[in-house]
Amino acid sequence: MTTTSAIPHVRRGPSPHERKLVFTAYALITPFLVVFTAMVIAPLVYAGFLSLFQTRLIGGEQFVGLANFGKALTDPVFLAGVGRMSVFLLVQVPIMLGVALFFALAIDSGRLAGSRFSRIAIFVPFAVPGVVATMMWGYLYGEDFGPIAQSFRAIGLPAPALLSDDLILFAMMNIVTWSFVGYNMIIMYAALRVIPTELYEAAEIDGAGAIRVAWSIKVPAIRPAIMLTVIFSIIGSFQLFTEPTLLAAIAPNVIGTSYTPNMYAYTLAFRFQDVNYAAAVAFILGFVIMIVSYVVQLSGRRAEARR
Amino acid sequence: MRTTTAMKLGATAAVAALALTACTAPADDISNADFETAMSTPTTISMWAWAPGIENQVAMFEEAYPAIDVVLENVGQGGDHYTKVRTALEAGTGAPDVIQLEYQYVPSFVLTESLLDLAPYGANDVADQFTPWTWSQVTNGDAVYAIPQDAGPMGNLYREDILAAAGITEAPVTWDDYAVAAEAVRNQTGSYITALSGNDAGSFLGLVWAAGAAPFSYDGVETISVDLTGPATQEVIDYWQDLIDRDLVSTDPSFTDGWYQGLANGTLAGWLTAAWGPAFLQGTAADTTGLWRAAPLPTFDADNPIAGNWGGSTLAALSATEHPIVAAELAKFINTDPEATLKFATEQFLFPTRTEVLTSPEFAEQESEFYGGQRVNEIFAEISATVDTEFQWLPFQDFVAASFVDTLGKAISEKGDLSAGLAAWQDAIVTYATEQGFTVQ
Repeated sequence: MTTTSAIPHVRRGPSPHERKLVFTAYALITPFLVVFTAMVIAPLVYAGFLSLFQTRLIGGEQFVGLANFGKALTDPVFLAGVGRMSVFLLVQVPIMLGVALFFALAIDSGRLAGSRFSRIAIFVPFAVPGVVATMMWGYLYGEDFGPIAQSFRAIGLPAPALLSDDLILFAMMNIVTWSFVGYNMIIMYAALRVIPTELYEAAEIDGAGAIRVAWSIKVPAIRPAIMLTVIFSIIGSFQLFTEPTLLAAIAPNVIGTSYTPNMYAYTLAFRFQDVNYAAAVAFILGFVIMIVSYVVQLSGRRAEARR
Repeated sequence: MRTTTAMKLGATAAVAALALTACTAPADDISNADFETAMSTPTTISMWAWAPGIENQVAMFEEAYPAIDVVLENVGQGGDHYTKVRTALEAGTGAPDVIQLEYQYVPSFVLTESLLDLAPYGANDVADQFTPWTWSQVTNGDAVYAIPQDAGPMGNLYREDILAAAGITEAPVTWDDYAVAAEAVRNQTGSYITALSGNDAGSFLGLVWAAGAAPFSYDGVETISVDLTGPATQEVIDYWQDLIDRDLVSTDPSFTDGWYQGLANGTLAGWLTAAWGPAFLQGTAADTTGLWRAAPLPTFDADNPIAGNWGGSTLAALSATEHPIVAAELAKFINTDPEATLKFATEQFLFPTRTEVLTSPEFAEQESEFYGGQRVNEIFAEISATVDTEFQWLPFQDFVAASFVDTLGKAISEKGDLSAGLAAWQDAIVTYATEQGFTVQ
């Protein structure tokens, strides 16, 4: 941490001018603080408060401390949902970010004809609302009427059951990848654009080829941006809701009401009227996301330090 | 410091919520004078319902009671509707006065004391207008929680041409006949005679109901019983297990695109469905006009046929209403006024619950081109008379329906062990009920 040198060495009482500055600063962030407190902090505190109670259909509400959390940690339905999302995370995120990185490097290399068009074309799916994207893919996946199944049959092959228990998670990974590759690519591409070009010149003089430059200069240089996309993707994966909820309409027996932890929390709160347990489930999900994100970030920093 | 303030805030909210749910309507009967005053005082009340064309009946009500203004809103169908009603009740504001409520959800709303007991508002006076089983669905002792609107006694819709191609010229009367027909249809035409779907607890429970089983009961307070593994339900399970094992029925989920296509293109040669099914199918498989026929559901005992019900709705007044007299009258008027109920039956295709409409020539003698000129209504009216009156629902039907999909429903769709699925369903329900503080018998 070397950026703290701006602070003066000797600490006197704040001058009137400084005091005015501090006041202005607080005045400027007040609108944010008010909204943040009302919309984020207060609901969080309230949800935390709710999670300490148990409401039973008979007998009403009572204080149970952390019992809801204990229940959630041993709830097979919740754990199955977390397990599914972990598989999703481990398979989908590397593929999506790998593809995004590849596209970002390809467009940045300047060797691509029509790179501006490609950039927009890859980004466009992100502009398609998740609901529309899922309905569109749901149609493509359809077993009887979907073009994928029909093409397989046309050439005499058995159609893959994309909406079956075995494959639907992968079908969902495909939808999410399709939607978010462009978004992640743009973040990485923006980071690539700010790398000083002298580095490339130096590398070229040293005899490095394009691939070598990409691997040894570009990727390390945009490591923070990649880390950002990783964290975003982890959060997104665990919070999966729209895609499975919509696919449940065409594969109702494969996707139950608790396929993902978020769907489970929703079902608990709004179908079974168990707001308290739903709050506990949501909190634990939040903790899981925090822990995974932290571990990933930490290991990223370790790797950085080792270099 | 911060935590204590938050706790106080939350505690106040909880107390307020308790106070709101605690108030109930007076038990004394409403006098004629009170009724006249209420109905002639300019009042606006709101109703949430999704029955198609119900604005017709609302208009008739407003004509009969010019002082009352009804705001009708469709906030969604089924699950979405209940979620919004629950949310509004929980919030304490914004809930309507009258709601559409399916039979299976009546106990769930009785449990939370959300429904106004309509008995003091003269509801018992109209009891004998309704088919006995629909009335028993909305009452508990003397209390009347809703007024039946439409029903879904179950029958059998089938493609006459496909069954004929398989050599079956008469509608199967018993389940044994049905199995023979299923085999013939599968072998001769390649179609399935029907689909047993694992995504909808309602249709499966309709079949259980038709077997004379009454697996659930609720005393209106805190005691329930769950007996899904009893002999009558087991008989249903064994029957379908056999058909599934022999690949004679499809197990595709219902109300999905593939299923609609199956009905339209003949890969599904029939649909065991409710009395609202004929009109629904007509819209789904328009190209097959004239090829379909309706018949009663097959039965285990040909001498003593029992029918089941799937679906249908009521209108109920919420206990939080500020205008209980008007709300009760709205629910009662729409579902008992002769003109309003006949219009429901003949123009909006809701299957009637009033015996007068069931037997009226305008309804019973309607001939349907889609069903080759058959008097479909008459057939279902006869079925309606045989629906068992004992069947009850649990006061947490949302859980029952959701856990069906994860247990027995999964076994059906995977063509697995249905008995094991049924046992898992039973266990899930009992565990949940116990956790929720019910006394399970």
